[in-house]
Amino acid sequence: MILIGELSLWVALLMAAWATTAGFAGAFTRRSELTVSAERALYATCGFVVLASIGLWTALLTSDFSFKFVASFTSANLPSVYKFTSFWAGQAGSLLFWALILSIYSAIAVYTGRKSNRELMPFVIPTLSAIALFFILTLCFGANPYERLSFIPADGRGMNPQLQNPGMAFHPPNLYLGYIATAIPFAFAVGALITRRLDNEWLTSVRRWALVSWFFNTVGIVLGMWWAYVELGWGGYWAWDPVENASFLPWLVNTAFLHSIMVQEKRGMLRKWNVTLVVSAFLLSILGTFITRSGVISSVHAFAQSPVGYWFLGFLVLSIAVTAYLVATRLKDLEAKAELESMVSREASFLFNNLLLVGIAFSVLWGTLFPILSEAVTRNKITVGPPFFNQVNIPLGLGLLALTGIGPLIAWRRASAANLKRQFTGPVVIGLVTGMLVLGLGMRSVHAVIAYTLAGFVLATIVQEFQKGVSARHRMYQESLPVAFVRLVARNRRRYGGYIVHVGVVVLFAAFAGLAFKKEFDVTLKGGQAYEAVDPYGNHWRFVSQGVSRYEELNRFTTAVLLEAWRNGKHVGVIKSEKRQYWDSNRNFTFEPSTEVGIMSGLRQDVYVVLAGATGEDTAEMRITFNPLVWWVWYGGMIMAIGGLIVMWPQAERRKVQAGYAARLEPAVTAGK
Amino acid sequence: MKARTKFLIGGVLVLGTSGYLMASSIKETGTYYLTPTELSAKVAADPSFYETGVKVGARVVPGSIVRDAGGRSMTFAVTDGAKTYQVSYRGIAPDTFTDGVDVVVEGRLAHDGTFRATTVLAKCASRYEDAPKKYQSTPGYRSASTPQART
Repeated sequence: MILIGELSLWVALLMAAWATTAGFAGAFTRRSELTVSAERALYATCGFVVLASIGLWTALLTSDFSFKFVASFTSANLPSVYKFTSFWAGQAGSLLFWALILSIYSAIAVYTGRKSNRELMPFVIPTLSAIALFFILTLCFGANPYERLSFIPADGRGMNPQLQNPGMAFHPPNLYLGYIATAIPFAFAVGALITRRLDNEWLTSVRRWALVSWFFNTVGIVLGMWWAYVELGWGGYWAWDPVENASFLPWLVNTAFLHSIMVQEKRGMLRKWNVTLVVSAFLLSILGTFITRSGVISSVHAFAQSPVGYWFLGFLVLSIAVTAYLVATRLKDLEAKAELESMVSREASFLFNNLLLVGIAFSVLWGTLFPILSEAVTRNKITVGPPFFNQVNIPLGLGLLALTGIGPLIAWRRASAANLKRQFTGPVVIGLVTGMLVLGLGMRSVHAVIAYTLAGFVLATIVQEFQKGVSARHRMYQESLPVAFVRLVARNRRRYGGYIVHVGVVVLFAAFAGLAFKKEFDVTLKGGQAYEAVDPYGNHWRFVSQGVSRYEELNRFTTAVLLEAWRNGKHVGVIKSEKRQYWDSNRNFTFEPSTEVGIMSGLRQDVYVVLAGATGEDTAEMRITFNPLVWWVWYGGMIMAIGGLIVMWPQAERRKVQAGYAARLEPAVTAGK
Repeated sequence: MKARTKFLIGGVLVLGTSGYLMASSIKETGTYYLTPTELSAKVAADPSFYETGVKVGARVVPGSIVRDAGGRSMTFAVTDGAKTYQVSYRGIAPDTFTDGVDVVVEGRLAHDGTFRATTVLAKCASRYEDAPKKYQSTPGYRSASTPQART
């Protein structure tokens, strides 16, 4: 199986090369037999990449240490589930994983779109194949997972303990699924640009894939935050590290696109802008990979520095050149079909929403690349850290939050005074009351007070929308309230799913604002000693150490401390924090001791205990942190994901619309069906 | 005034604000990122670089780490091969911090020539993957491509 996998990689290379060449040749000369051949080669590429991946998985699961990749990232005593996830623990494997997802996505996109997008498909097929070709080339010649060692080591080096966490089984695949999904809209955009078929129909397929990308990107980012929080032990979940920023950039651009596409659908405006966003999302994904792979920017995550980064740089430059040329030569075909009529309209609020999202994306990109830019200009490398990103993005983010409430309620074209009064009186009052309330409770952080005021306002607008919709159904169809609610959402998935996503956004903002009130204590306790502290809510806490214990389990040696916790005199539980020293099958220590954080979670706050070390028999050195509202970050993420799923769920009407489009297209160049 | 013009004015306002925010925050929060050699050159040229917040990227000299018993503070030396600085740090070091890793230390160079770090970030390039060629000659480098059969 392993050998088959190894050979499949090379066959996939040939298939992708053929799909690209034949595809472009067929598309430009309008010879449909070449296009048909390219389409089949694209499916074949997918098949062979799947075989190559199964081969690598086999090698990993059977611990075949003659392969450098297997020896570098696993050891014989690693639990099977982590042998499986070690597929993406290193560079060569994660590139293969990327190629795997890309080729599966491509096959699905081409297969499902072959009837409805006959004009574009001849160009979409070779564009997707070209991207796949690039990845398989990089795999074969830059970082081959099937590279063998000159000798067979007795055991592998083992997996980094920080990656031995369930979060790592889900976070990278989700992020990849999100990143790579941007390739499909990109290919459609290239097809639409070349053929100059830039009306709305290409957007229908693109929107679906942009949503897929957005959904997985959201889930991936939130899981990454969760992993950083429980595993890395510094007490936070987002550090504005270049690698984190790289995952955030496509998300911002995708979010902007999912909003601005509505303006194009309804009003025929923003056509250039939308093409640019679709293309940028893909380019930013590639840029993100370049940043993480090349080591040009120093990052804590830079676990995969290698020349492969420069393959990506080359690919990025080429893609930028091609798309810039295409967009520049097709500006005329992208003229808007309508003009903005009023500043007080949904179009205008969506435009501002886009400006803010892209503004945030630009500032994040700028801050991330600033060390390189400053070095190029002034010869001094200057870095910016979290303070920069916070100072810039908090005001922009609050502006965005305000628009989350305004956009969906304001009328298209031109809102009347009556419309404004009817829609916004209630929510504005509720927002102000919320603001007063938190002020009255003694909150003194300006940004946090503004955030909670806006959160109250936005939440009120969403509740008002749901309430209006439900009571309308209740009156018209005599449905009971719950039935009316479910049908309301089910019949208008896009609209109400979107509102649910917005609820998630509000929850996230409320949680982020809670960070302003974090409190931290460095504590040294012998067994039996107690420490007292006051949390951000003014509760009195008492922690009593039960002493340090040391024991062996599975593939590690563990030092643990147990803390009994009392809140306001009431016993609330025991918190266990550990230091773990992992070893290989011969009991040699591998890696440095890793920290296992003790977290007591609640709706109001997390008590987060990091064991720094143990001295003597029984003394534990710890850092105790009160982290307000952290759980609401995960809830917010979940709500956003659920909303995203509701929006994505296929809807019968839309299929009919697509079929309608397809019927109207003249059957000139066909994809062979 | 046409709505388009109004929107353009609004857009310029938004972009102007974010541009202003970015420029001012870079001025306030930007810090130099230097190698030990560059830092010593800077200090030699301009003594005000003592006690100025900078980031230094270098490699931990193997065997130089002295941790206090509780794991709460430590001293170590960093080098880029040419220039070495002694670093003192109070705080919990990241799990990846060990002999021979690349670190980014953020803090100030004191007049006595030791570096007082407020943050230590460690990465593990040499542990996960091959490091770039330029690092392979630095002390303490261990290649990932030749995993030793440990006994």
